[in-house]
This record gives sequence, C-alpha cells and structure tokens, in this order.
Amino acid sequence: MKKIVIVGGGTGGTILANNLARRLATELASNQVRITMLSATDKHMYQPGLLYVAFGRMAAEDLYQDQRSLLEPGITFHVDPVKTFDLEHNRVETQAGVSHAYDYLVICTGSRPNPESVPGLAEHANHVYTLEAAQKTFAALQQFKGGRVAIVTGVPHKCPMVPLELTFMMHDYFKDRAMLDQVEFYYTYPIGRLHSLENVGKWAQREFDKLGINYETLFNAKEVDGAKQQVHSEEGSVLDYDLLITVPPHNGMSVILENELGAGGWIPTDPATLQMQGTENVFVLGDTTNIPISKAGSTAHYEAETLGENLSTLVRQGTMVRAYEGKVFCFIEAGKDRATYASFDYLHPPQPQSPTQMIHWFKLAYNKLYWNSVRGLL
Amino acid sequence: MSDSQRVDARNSFCPGPLMELIAAMKLAKVGDELEVLSTDKGSAHDIPEWIAKVGHELLGTREEDGVYYIQVRKSK
Ligand SMILES: Cc1cc2nc3c(=O)[nH]c(=O)nc-3n(C[C@H](O)[C@H](O)[C@H](O)COP(=O)(O)OP(=O)(O)OC[C@H]3O[C@@H](n4cnc5c(N)ncnc54)[C@H](O)[C@@H]3O)c2cc1C
Repeated sequence: MKKIVIVGGGTGGTILANNLARRLATELASNQVRITMLSATDKHMYQPGLLYVAFGRMAAEDLYQDQRSLLEPGITFHVDPVKTFDLEHNRVETQAGVSHAYDYLVICTGSRPNPESVPGLAEHANHVYTLEAAQKTFAALQQFKGGRVAIVTGVPHKCPMVPLELTFMMHDYFKDRAMLDQVEFYYTYPIGRLHSLENVGKWAQREFDKLGINYETLFNAKEVDGAKQQVHSEEGSVLDYDLLITVPPHNGMSVILENELGAGGWIPTDPATLQMQGTENVFVLGDTTNIPISKAGSTAHYEAETLGENLSTLVRQGTMVRAYEGKVFCFIEAGKDRATYASFDYLHPPQPQSPTQMIHWFKLAYNKLYWNSVRGLL
Repeated sequence: MSDSQRVDARNSFCPGPLMELIAAMKLAKVGDELEVLSTDKGSAHDIPEWIAKVGHELLGTREEDGVYYIQVRKSK
C-alpha cells in the first residue's frame, strides 16, 4: 500500500487531498493507496473573508466550515498537528505521539502573521490576519474620529493585494460616513513603487492620485513609538499616525523552524516540481514554500492541482507528468463596489483592467464558491 | 557563498526581487553576504537604491545571459 500523508488542512491541503482522492478512487477503494490528512483544527477558515469582517460586511460564523465535511469520504482525517518531521525515516510524529509512515509527504502548514517582529507594531497597529485582529480593526474604524490613517506593510506577507484593498475599502468606508474631509490616507510600501506587480502599481498610483491618497515608497517599519504615535522606518523616515493599519510581516509555522526545515519557516522548494529541495518524496504547497511567488490561496490552488496530477502518476507509473508554471490569479477589491484582478505566471506579468462592478460581484460570488472550490467541484 | 545566502528571485513578478531581498535580509546576520538573482531589469536599479537608502553595502552587480547578479552585505 502507498501511503500519502498531507500535513495541513487549509486551502492547499484540502484541494490536493480531494483531487488525489478522485484521481486515485480505484486504488483507495482497493486499499492500494491511503491518503491521510493531519491538521491543527477541525474548522476550515475562509481567510479572505477576514478583510470583510474588518468592515462589518461578513460575520465570524460566515468564515468557517467543518473540515471533515469538505473532504472526500476516502480520506483519513485527524486533528492532531505534526510535531516532528523525521524525513530520514519517512515518518512524522504528531502532538498526540502517533507516528505516521509515508511514501509521499506533502507539507502545507501555511504561514502566520508575526507583527511581534517589529517593536511596537503588535501593540499599536491594527490588522486583519486573525479573526480577533479583524474584529478589533472594525471597532477601531468605527471609533475613529478623523486624522491620519497610515498603512504600513511588512515583508514577507500573505496575499499581496491586501495593502491596496484595505486602503481602497477604508477610503469608501469613510466616504460613506461623510468623513473624507477629516481623514488623510497615508499608504506606504516596502519597495520603490506602490505594488510589487509593476502594472498594478501604476494602476494604483493613478487611482490614489484621483482619490487624494498620499503615499511613500521604500518604507520598511523598524519600530513603532506608540506614545508619540510615530513609525520609524529602516530607511530613516518618521511617519506620524492617528490610526495605524498594518499588513504584518509573516513567517512560516514554528513547527517548520523547530524541525529546521527552512529559515524563517519557509521550506526550500523546487519551483517546477514542488519537491522539497534535496528530497524525492517530500512536496511543499502554498504559503510554506520559499518559492518567490505570492503567498495566496490561488497559488496554493494551482500548485495543488499540479501536484494532484503528479502524485497520482507517481503512484501509478512512478513518474511525474507536469510542471507548475507559477500560475496565480488574484482579485483586487478597488473599493466597496468595484474590483479588478491580476493573473500571471512565472513568465507572463499581469495586465490589470479598470475596476468594474461586475468583477466585484464575481469576488463576492467567489466568497461563497470557495467551499466548492476546495471540495474540487470548480 | 553558501546556498542559504543566495536569493533566487528569477521569474518573480510578485513579490519580486527587492521584496525577496528585504525578507532575506531580515533573516540574515550583520556581516552576511547575500546574492540576489533576478531576471527583472528594474531590480538592477531598485536594489542598489534601497541598499544605499538603508545603509547596507553593495558589493557588486553583473549581468549574464539576461540574469542580474547583485551582491550585498548586511551592515546593520
Ligand atoms: C485577510 C486575508 C485576505 C486574503 N485574501 C486572499 C485573496 O483574495 N486571494 C487569495 O488567493 N488569497 C488570499 N489570502 C491568502 C490565502 O488565504 C492563503 O494564502 C492560503 O490560505 C494559503 O493556503 P495554505 O494551504 O498554504 O495554508 P492555509 O490555508 O493557511 O492552511 C494551513 C493549514 O495547516 C494547518 N497546520 C498548521 N500547523 C500544523 C501542524 N503543525 N500540523 C498539521 N497541520 C498544521 C492549519 O490548521 C491549516 O489547516 C488572504 C489571506 C488573508 C489572511
């Protein structure tokens, strides 16, 4: 029997497990293959929904579904996070002390916000990367009486569109409350333009100029002085704020660091085969890789589809058949009622279109369709 | 130069070479040397600009077959 162990039941792991279960249905039924998923929680969170929670447009209960209900029946699922990766002996050990042997291992444990890595940031800034933080951000927006809203982005971070989306959505939030004349927006970005994608950066600059949103580039927060309400940057500038919003820097999960699988918790991964570097039978998906690509659900999705096909042919024929070509597709909310998107891969940059209401409706529809997507029905 | 200090950002549109370097710099120690590989022409300009602004040291840049190699030392 071939044993496939998937560590992590988020976007990437769930899509992969269902994809494999369909492709290998015959082998699963005849016990030639076993697919085991080990995860840290029995609830699956639709993380992009957190952005809407921060504006009171989605409720906490809209974000979750029962993880088991998302999985094909043939998949063995345990809520028992992995503690030790013993790659030399093809085994992982869980927190409960259970040892799982594998022929193929897939690691997709995601990433975590780490605002604590910048002194003062966790205490004084609001963000949308956990449910608690998104709810706190909503309260801060509701209570804001006017002044300067500063947006500070850390590196690396999950979902490259959030800095822009937060800014556009806050603009419309205060516009709806007739507060625009009392609010100044000050957007900062780590590199020398407004977004890492050059075309998206140019588009955002035109939109910001139209809306009167101020910006500063080459800005990496070094520390936050909460008493003075100031952010000091690595580049030497000082930014005053009345309300501080951050897209916090991220790290991989601590289990990756503790097992010394990769600096920062990011696992060195082959960009085409998704194999962990230096291994044959260990694969990595989604946020956890060190591939220089967006940490986004759509990245995890396209990677999982490629890997599903490759793992099934590895099981059947001993060979892989496809390369991951770096495909990413991201919606970009450009306010409360219009959106655009960026679609790109390793070789082709995106060409963003002007935002439309139609694309915003697609995004709202996707907020529901996500559950079909992870089930593999889209 | 060890592998861990090489920042291979070829074919990276997003986050792109400079963002990859900033992330790698956070993990590096003062005095470490890093080499960024990039296929993006803009980074031959952006990376030295950022290095100068923050006060790290630019050790050299070269281009070979469409790949830019930019060496830097973390100074602070
Ligand atoms: C506010 C916000 C907005 C976003 N917007 C978008 C968007 O518009 N478009 C987009 O494409 N992406 C978006 N994303 C990003 C997207 O949600 C993530 O990139 C995606 O979920 C990554 O998938 P993953 O499978 O790598 O990790 P995750 O989905 O985070 O899953 C990780 C899994 O690993 C499990 N785990 C952790 N530790 C262990 C362990 N030790 N053992 C076993 N299991 C473990 C966790 O329980 C979890 O199930 C957004 C994210 C946020 C927070």
